[in-house]
Amino acid sequence: MSQSDTSFVRRDMLPEAPPPVAETGVLKWMRENLFSSPANSLLTLVSIFVLYQLVVAAAPWLLNGIWVSPSLSACREILGGEVGACFAVLTERWNQLLFGFKYPEELYWRPGLAFILLFVCAAPLLFFKFIPSKFLVLTGLYPFVAYWLIWGGTIMVPVFALLGVLVGAYVYNKTVSASAGMAVIAGFAAALIFWILSGYVTTPMSGFLALQPIDSRDLGGFMINLMLGVTCISLSVPFGILLALGRQSSMPIIKWICVVFIEFIRGVPLITLLFVANVVLGYFLPPDNDFDLILRVIIMITMFASAYIAEVIRGGLAALPKGQYEAADSLGLDYAQAMQFIILPQAMKISIPGIVNVAVGLFKDTTLVSVISMFDIVGMIRGPILASSEWNGVYWELFGFAAVLFFVTCYGISQYSQWLERQLQTDHR
Amino acid sequence: MTTATDPPRESFRFSQLIYDTRYRSYTFQFIALMLLITLFAYLGSNLVQNLAEQGQDISFSFLTEPAGYDINQRPIPYDSQSPHLRAAFVGVLNTLIVAFLGCLTATILGTIAGILRISPNWLVRKLMAGYVEAFRNVPVLIWILIIFTIMTAVMPAPSAFRGEDSASSMLFGAFAFTNRGVYIPAPIWGPGSSVVGLTFLASIFGAIYYRRYATRLLYDTGKLLPMVWPALVILLVPTILIYFILGRPITFDYPALAGFNFQGGIQIRGSLIALWLALAVYTGAFIAENVRAGIQAVDRGQTEAAASLGLRPRRIMNLVVLPQALRIIIPPLISQYLNLTKNSSLAIAVGYMDVTGTLGGITLNQTGRAIECVLLLMLFYLMISLAISAVMNVYNKSIELKER
Amino acid sequence: MTAETKQAAKTLEVSDKVAVEIVNMNKWFGTFHVLRDIDLTVYQGERIVIAGPSGSGKSTLIRCINALEEHQKGKIIVDGTELSNDVKNIDRIRSEVGMVFQHFNLFPHLTILENCTLAPIWVRKTPKREAEDTAMHFLTKVKIPEQADKYPGQLSGGQQQRVAIARSLCMKPRIMLFDEPTSALDPEMISEVLDTMIELAEEGMTMCCVTHEMGFARKVANRVIFMDEGQIVEQNEPEEFFNNPKSERTKLFLSQILGH
Repeated sequence: MSQSDTSFVRRDMLPEAPPPVAETGVLKWMRENLFSSPANSLLTLVSIFVLYQLVVAAAPWLLNGIWVSPSLSACREILGGEVGACFAVLTERWNQLLFGFKYPEELYWRPGLAFILLFVCAAPLLFFKFIPSKFLVLTGLYPFVAYWLIWGGTIMVPVFALLGVLVGAYVYNKTVSASAGMAVIAGFAAALIFWILSGYVTTPMSGFLALQPIDSRDLGGFMINLMLGVTCISLSVPFGILLALGRQSSMPIIKWICVVFIEFIRGVPLITLLFVANVVLGYFLPPDNDFDLILRVIIMITMFASAYIAEVIRGGLAALPKGQYEAADSLGLDYAQAMQFIILPQAMKISIPGIVNVAVGLFKDTTLVSVISMFDIVGMIRGPILASSEWNGVYWELFGFAAVLFFVTCYGISQYSQWLERQLQTDHR
Repeated sequence: MTTATDPPRESFRFSQLIYDTRYRSYTFQFIALMLLITLFAYLGSNLVQNLAEQGQDISFSFLTEPAGYDINQRPIPYDSQSPHLRAAFVGVLNTLIVAFLGCLTATILGTIAGILRISPNWLVRKLMAGYVEAFRNVPVLIWILIIFTIMTAVMPAPSAFRGEDSASSMLFGAFAFTNRGVYIPAPIWGPGSSVVGLTFLASIFGAIYYRRYATRLLYDTGKLLPMVWPALVILLVPTILIYFILGRPITFDYPALAGFNFQGGIQIRGSLIALWLALAVYTGAFIAENVRAGIQAVDRGQTEAAASLGLRPRRIMNLVVLPQALRIIIPPLISQYLNLTKNSSLAIAVGYMDVTGTLGGITLNQTGRAIECVLLLMLFYLMISLAISAVMNVYNKSIELKER
Repeated sequence: MTAETKQAAKTLEVSDKVAVEIVNMNKWFGTFHVLRDIDLTVYQGERIVIAGPSGSGKSTLIRCINALEEHQKGKIIVDGTELSNDVKNIDRIRSEVGMVFQHFNLFPHLTILENCTLAPIWVRKTPKREAEDTAMHFLTKVKIPEQADKYPGQLSGGQQQRVAIARSLCMKPRIMLFDEPTSALDPEMISEVLDTMIELAEEGMTMCCVTHEMGFARKVANRVIFMDEGQIVEQNEPEEFFNNPKSERTKLFLSQILGH
C-alpha cells in the first residue's frame, strides 16, 4: 500500500441520519422492565400478588363505605354483615377532627378564614419568582392576622406585636454597621422592651376592635398540628440561621454556646422537650405568668427545630467555597452585608432540601403533643372520638384519615421543594 | 487619613472596643456571656421563687423509695416494692431492647427496600417507592397506633383458641397471635446446651477463617475457591451434628392455652410488637433512601472502569461499588439508629414501659418530681446519643485514615 | 499585541507618589514563616509582576495588601492609610483596592450586572441607577455588555474573569491586585483576559499581578519581582530581568518556565 492511501480529506460533511428503527411497543417495554431475567420475572409475579392482595382487601372496604350514619352500630346495620368502612365518623365528627371539641361552633369561620389566608399569604413567598416582591408584605402580616382570627381578643395585641418587630428591625438596621452580632442582640432587646411596655397599653384597651377571645385550651384538632407546624418552622428558620452562624464563628464563647445548645437539643427526643413544656418550664418562668401550654409547647418545639435547621444550614455554609467569602471581603462588604447578600442566599439554596426534610419531620412530630394531653388530631381520635359510645371501635377510618391528611400535606411539601430546587437550578445553567 | 508613621497605640479609645479587630470579638463575647448569665440567673431566681411558693425542693432521694407500681415487661427482677431507681433501670433496659430489635429489623428492611428501589424491575421499583413515601410522610405515632390497634383490637382473644374447631389456631402449633400479645416457644437450656453453643461460636470463627484462607489462597496462588456454600456448611453442620449427638439438649417450652390465657413460652406484648414493628418499618423507609442514595452516589465511572478491567457485574458490586457506597451509607445509617432510639420514647403512647414510661411517666406522676425526672430522662438520652456520636466519629476517623 | 501598543505600555508615566508601601513585613502560617522581611514600595501607575515558584508566598503577599491575610510584623500602608486592626480602616482599604482571583469568585446567584453593582450600592452608597450605568460602562470596556443579565454559570471562564475585573473596577479602585488571573483558564481564553489587563495598564492603573505569563510581564510590567521562600530575591526592569538575571534561583526558575 502506498503512503498516500492513508491520507484522507473529507469534501462533503455528512448530514444527520435518523437512528435505526428500534423495537418499540408495550411488549418490548414489558420484556425490558418486568421480565428481563428469571429472577426479575419472579419479582414481578410476587409484586403483582402483593398488589392483588392489597386491592382485594381494601377495595370492598372502601367501595362499600357508609358516609352517612349516626353511629358505628347503625353503620353495621346498614352494611348488614358485609365488609365496608364506616366513613360516617368522618362526616359526623368532621369539625371535631379539624377544630377540636371545644372551639365555639359559630366561630369556625375564623380558623377557616385563617387557613385560606395561609395559602394566599404564603403564595408570594413560595412562588417568589412569579409574584412581585411587594406582595411579601402580605406574608409578613399573616402571622398577626392569623393570631387575631384564631385567638380573638383586641386587635391591639397583634398590632403592637407587629410594631415591636418593626422596632427591633429598625434598631438592628441602625446598629448593624458597627457589629452584626450586637445589632441582633440590640434588635431583640428593643423588640422585647417594646412588647413589655406595650402591655400597659393593650391591657386597658382589651375591648378595642375585639373578636370574641378563645382560650388556648379550646383549640384542637388538625388546626393545632397546622398551627404548631407553621409557627415553629417559620420561627425556627431565623433562629437556625443565627445558631449556624454562631457555630461557625471564630469567637470561642459564642461558638460554644451554640454548639452546646444544638447538641443538647439534638441529643434528646422531642417528647422529653414536650415534658419540659408541660411540667418543667413553668418552674423557670416568673410566678403568675400567662404562658399557657400552647405557648410553652411552641417555645420548646421552636428550640427543637432551630437546632436541626442550624445543622442543615451549617452544612450549606460549609459547602460554599472560601472564595465567596474572600470576594465579598475584597469588595469591602462588612460581615452583615456579606452574609445577607452573598453567603446566606447561596447557603440557603443548598439547604432547601434539608430544611424541607426538617419541616416535614417537624410537622409529623406535632402529633406528639397528644402525649401531653393536647387534643390535636391524634389526640382527638384517641380521646373524645374513640371514647364516645357512638364511635368506639372505628379505628381504621380515623387513623386512615389522619394518615392520608398527613401524607397529602407532607408529600405536597416535598414535591414543592423538588420543584423549587429545579426552579433555582435553571437560573444558573 | 493617618500618615505613614506609627499609629498612637498607647492611647486607648473607647471606640476601639467596637472597631478594633483585636478587641471587638472580646467585647461581643463578653456581652453575650453576660446576657447568658443574666438569663440563667433570671430563670434560676424564678425557679427558687416557684419552688418556695409551692413548698418544694430539688432532691433525688425519691429514687430510693419504693416505686409502688408494676412493670409488665421485666428483663431483670423487679416488683412494686423495688425503688424508683430500679424501675427507671428496667425502663432503660426496655428502651434498649426495643431500640436494638428495631435497629436490626429496620436495617434489614431498609437494605432490601433500598436495593429493590433501584432494581431494573419497574413494578418492584414503584412498589418500593410507594412503601418509602407512605412511611416517610405519615407520623410514626400514627403507625405505632395503627399497629397497636392490629395487635389489640384485631387479633383474637385467647379464648378463640379454645375447643376442637376453634375460631383461631396456633401457627405451627408453636406461635399464638392473640390480643394479649404473641406467644412464642421459650428455649430450655438442658445439660450440654453450652457445648452446642460453644460449637456454634467456634463455627463462626471457622467460617471467617475459611474466607480469609480462601482470599489468601487467591492472592498467593491465583486459585479461586468457592466462598459462599463452604462457609455455610462450616457454620451449620458441626452445630447440628453436636446437637443430635448430645441428644438434643435444647428443648422448647411451647405456649399452651390454660384457662383464659396462654401459659408457658414467651409472651411478647402487643405494645412491644407495635413499637418495634412501627419503628422498624418507619425507619426502614428512611434507611432505604440512604441505601439507594449511597449506591447511586458511587460514580458511574467506577462501574465503567471496573467493567473495562473485565470484572463481572457481581464482583463489580462486591469489590468496587459496595465498599464505596458503604462509606456514604453508614454515617446516615448511624444517625437513623439514633433517631429510632429517640423515637422509641413514643412507647408511652401505647403503654410500653420504656424509660420514658417509667421514669418520665409513672414515677414522675407519682412523686411529682418533674424537674428531677425530666432531667434524668434527658441525661439518659444524651448519653445514648453521645455514645452513638462517638461510634460515628471512630468510624469517620477509620475511613479518613484509609483515604490517605 | 502589536509593537506600537507594547511601546505605549512601556512608556507609561510612573508618578513619584507612593501607592503601597510595605516595610519589613513578616507573616507566619502557624510556625511556617511564609513572608520574611518584605520591603516593597509601589508607586502610582506602576505595573508590577510578581513571579516565583509555587509556595514562594507571592499570593500571600498581595492578599496581605488587601487584608485578606493578616500580617504579624511590619507595616503595610495603602494609599496613605496604614493597615491596622481598625475594622473601618480595613473596609476602607478594601474598597480602594480591587482584587481579581484565580477562580474568579463571581457570585453565582447574582446576574453579571448585580455582581457589578452590589458593592458600589452597599459599600460606596452609589444610587442604583448610577451604579448600573457605571457597571455597563465597565462591562462594555471588557467587551461583554450583552451578557449583563446572564448568570456567571452561563459564561465561559474567560468571560467570567473579565466580569470579575469589571466588578472590581466598578468600585473605582486606585490599585488592582491580580492573583494568578489566568491560571484556571483554558489556553484559548487566556489572551482575552490578558488583553483586558493590558488595556487597563495603558490607562495608568496601578497593578500588582501574580502571574506566570512571562509574555505579559515583558510587555506590560515596569518591574518584575521574583520571590522564593517567602523573600524577594530579585527585582528589576523586565528586559534586564529576563535577559540578564542575577540570582541563581532566578536563573533556575526562568530556565524551568521558559525552557520549552
